[in-house]
Amino acid sequence: MLSAEEKAELDRELQQYPARQSACIDAMKIVQRHRRWLSDEALRDIGEYLGMSVADLDGVATFYNLLFRKPVGRHVVMICDSVTCWIMGYEKLRDTLMNRLGVSLGETTSDDRFTVLPIVCLGNCDKAPTLMVDRDTYGNVSPETVEEILARYK
Amino acid sequence: MATVYIDGNRHDADAKQNMLHVSLSLGYDLPFFCWHPAMGSIGACRQCAVKQFKDEKDTKGRLVMACLTPALEDTRISIADQEAQEFRAAIIEGLMLHHPHDCPVCDEGGECHLQDMTYLTGHAYRRYRFQKRTYRNQFLGPFVNHEMNRCIQCYRCVRFYRGYAGEHDLNSFSIHHTVYFGRHEDGILESEFSGNLAEVCPTGVFTDRTLGQHYTRKWDQTYAPSICHSCGVGCNISPGQRDGIVRRILNRYNHEVNGYFICDRGRFSYEYVNSPERIRAPLVRRGDEREVIEKDEAVKIFAEMLGSGEDVIGIGSPRASLEANFALRALVGADRFFSGFSTGEQRLIELMLSIMQTVHVPSLREVEACDAVLILGEDVTNVAARMALALRQSARREPQKKALAARVPLWDDLGVRQVTGDAIGPVFIAFPCATRLDDVAEATYRGRPDQIAQFGYAVAAAIHSGAPPANTDASAQALVKRIAEALRTAERPLVVSGATLRNEAIIGAAANIVYALEREGRSAGLAFTMPEANTCGLGLMRARALEEALESRVQYGTVVILENDLYRRATAAIVDEFLARAGNVVVLDQVNTRTAARANLVLPVASFAESAGTLVNFESRAQRFFPVLPPSDVQESWRWITDVATRRGEFGSWNSLDDVTAAVEQEMPIFRGITAAAPPSSYRIAGEKIPRQPHRYSGRTATLVNISIHEPPPPDDPDSPLAYSMEGYTYKAPASALPFLWAPGWNSARALLKFQEEINGPLRGGPVGIRLIRGDRRGAPEFFSGAPEPVNAPERRWLAVPIYHLFGSDELTHWAPAISSLAPQPYVAVNERAGFRDGAPVAFQSDGATQTAVIKIRSEIPDGVAAVPAGLRETETLRLPAWISIEAI
Ligand code: SF4
Ligand code: SF4
Ligand code: FES
Ligand code: FES
Repeated sequence: MLSAEEKAELDRELQQYPARQSACIDAMKIVQRHRRWLSDEALRDIGEYLGMSVADLDGVATFYNLLFRKPVGRHVVMICDSVTCWIMGYEKLRDTLMNRLGVSLGETTSDDRFTVLPIVCLGNCDKAPTLMVDRDTYGNVSPETVEEILARYK
Repeated sequence: MATVYIDGNRHDADAKQNMLHVSLSLGYDLPFFCWHPAMGSIGACRQCAVKQFKDEKDTKGRLVMACLTPALEDTRISIADQEAQEFRAAIIEGLMLHHPHDCPVCDEGGECHLQDMTYLTGHAYRRYRFQKRTYRNQFLGPFVNHEMNRCIQCYRCVRFYRGYAGEHDLNSFSIHHTVYFGRHEDGILESEFSGNLAEVCPTGVFTDRTLGQHYTRKWDQTYAPSICHSCGVGCNISPGQRDGIVRRILNRYNHEVNGYFICDRGRFSYEYVNSPERIRAPLVRRGDEREVIEKDEAVKIFAEMLGSGEDVIGIGSPRASLEANFALRALVGADRFFSGFSTGEQRLIELMLSIMQTVHVPSLREVEACDAVLILGEDVTNVAARMALALRQSARREPQKKALAARVPLWDDLGVRQVTGDAIGPVFIAFPCATRLDDVAEATYRGRPDQIAQFGYAVAAAIHSGAPPANTDASAQALVKRIAEALRTAERPLVVSGATLRNEAIIGAAANIVYALEREGRSAGLAFTMPEANTCGLGLMRARALEEALESRVQYGTVVILENDLYRRATAAIVDEFLARAGNVVVLDQVNTRTAARANLVLPVASFAESAGTLVNFESRAQRFFPVLPPSDVQESWRWITDVATRRGEFGSWNSLDDVTAAVEQEMPIFRGITAAAPPSSYRIAGEKIPRQPHRYSGRTATLVNISIHEPPPPDDPDSPLAYSMEGYTYKAPASALPFLWAPGWNSARALLKFQEEINGPLRGGPVGIRLIRGDRRGAPEFFSGAPEPVNAPERRWLAVPIYHLFGSDELTHWAPAISSLAPQPYVAVNERAGFRDGAPVAFQSDGATQTAVIKIRSEIPDGVAAVPAGLRETETLRLPAWISIEAI
């Protein structure tokens, strides 16, 4: 069941749409904000509330990079692997990050603090290489500045 | 009409169509994947690319998708254009990058649209040398197999499953090269039409799981034109067999009835034909034992049992052919022939048939075109599934008008759906419980059968003031008004009803609504569901009601029971008494039913796959079916009866089906025309019968060499224009005798387009069935008088109403493992106010007998109503509706 808070937030969004189904992306974003990721149960809860099947929602959820269908840590580090960042040193940045955290792409640190995921172009190419932690974007990231960025997220 | 040019040739084309539709209709070979004749275009696969030229002078042209190009005046395209050809070959190469190329082990191999299209585009060598993407497959239930690696992302499956069949547990997931088609987790597909995925999917992702259990390639099977025997819709089917085992059923296109799709009950019904519980030899009861006897002896005993014929009666069957019923009627005499309908059912069926004379009964193609529908007292999905699929399309008609007004052509599926969204038209359903069509209903009405009848009467009265008024509760008034308004303003209003609730007044109300519309100058359709394959045909015979025989107390010498388990027609107490009373009981049947187990003589009867005959569907369309299995020890009921009659020196000269069909027609004027439902057995094309086997049928000369190196001649078939052979021509075969589809370069089911007059049009070489009732007594029939006053429910009593299950209520599919695995356990459904816990074991009394079941809580069921599943295997038959009491145990 959706929590009272989740419902309240979703109800606000629903006012903007003529059909309940149209709010499904917002619904998943809201529930993810509360539960970090979207479990099957979360999809069932949303489906019940919006009159959609789990397959309907999962079709949408699996389409978007930022909707997580597997558990993630407290913070999600998304590192851009598209062409500009790749030219400007994505691989080195990625390796530094993975060594520092001791995880590969798609994995979560054992203290549940970070999950590292690849992501497509963040539209920040002029400051490549780029990464994003939760909702914050960082440009011109070097192996040296990574440490400082990570330190901001507990 | 528009003039279009294809590769320089001038053609007349339907301007309401797209250029792919037009090109294929004209016989051009233009490859495609995502377009489907019943679902239109989405332009997803890019396979139908052609060059389009602005005008005569344009030599450069530009690539366009034919399926998205309207056939407007002066449209000029080239299919043969070099650049277009190269583009199409490149598309196939792209689609094939990750395709596993596993045709030899793929069930689709040899009837694969992807194979055909690859060959057609000329892409022959693979250049991709890297690792291919692979997926995990899912368990999707007993009907459909899943092998995702073969997917080419055409989206046909989800468009059919979701967009056309309206079910939501199948979807596309993920993005770019990992797009996945399946369920969100393993599990049984929920749609009753899931088997169509095997034909809709152009590759081997979705295949027939039951075929996989005894797999044989398409070209190695023997086929026959047949009619589904699993309900009264009368879908056309092509069963395929090899080595005496039926391997599968394919849809057989009939543009008036099933079109491109059949339901899962029909598709997987064939499994019972192979059941070990079939009766394969005559059985005679000697003391407590049943002995297997030879055929000749069986006929002799049968003849003796008939004696002088004085005290012999015959009981017919709505699941047996016209010929079988007629032969029995001829054997025992019309006044000693009883129909075999369930108690109370015959009255309703005769009522429906007489109403059908006075109205227009639409075919399913016409149903799909209706733009306002009232379903009064019927659960269409579970009784006549294919009709429910047609009604789903009717629900889209009204919203589609908006698209047309916005100048979006109907073939532009994406465009239309952008305009209409999920909007549904005016469809209304009145039934005691939720039905599988409720999601396309604007509104539903729940009530007891008597309340539904009142409700229907009220709608009629609201349409036309001359119709008898009704007492319907105040809360329903607004809905009554709304329905009346919707039906009155529709272009093609339709009322659907049936005998499920065993309520005469509901049927009268359905008729009154149509009569009221006609008085208002609107022409409306009325369709009644018919529960069994030949309900309509047997009803038209106007035999005496079975109850008369069951309850007569007369000592019959011999009772001949034709393909009928009487324990499904009346309560066990009544049938026990009746069978005990009869001197001899002769049962002709396919499986060992409870009635057959009590017989003195049992004659093994051919199933639909082993026999020929004529069935009459819900719209009174007489259609012929032909055997796919060669003659064996089982034979048609009419042939057993003819054998015994011949022995007794009766009937004279019935040698083949044609003789019996002609006799039916001659004796009973209502059946005039049925001989024309299919060509006679004397029909030849260039001196040859129509072959049941594709020309690539393998092993013909080898399969029997362990017995003899001389190839035996194909078995004789006196009853059909078909041969158990590869010799002959299917290409020009009449539509009603077309066993399978194949055309050069078109090995898949899509070969159909080479047999249609035009896409979605009739097959060349019609007709496909003969309509017996033509509604010629139309005019202004008298209204049925008012419905009986609603009754008040007694304290702690429930009105038990029968609920049908597509998987579970049909008799013969009890012996079909895939279908019967989905049948429910006995239950009684009531709402939570009845005071029971979901799943609680209970006992209830009806007709003096006590039944046990578990409670199912369904909150939509009205107070005082209990829904009881009908026709489940090995359950008592109740006389419903009936007031019952329910006790926890
Ligand atoms: S599973 Fe079949 S029908 Fe569905 S997208 Fe793939 S190839 Fe097309
Ligand atoms: S709708 Fe009826 S006739 Fe058609 S396939 Fe299903 S069971 Fe057979
Ligand atoms: S390529 Fe990395 S932000 Fe654009
Ligand atoms: S058939 Fe035209 S794009 Fe797929």
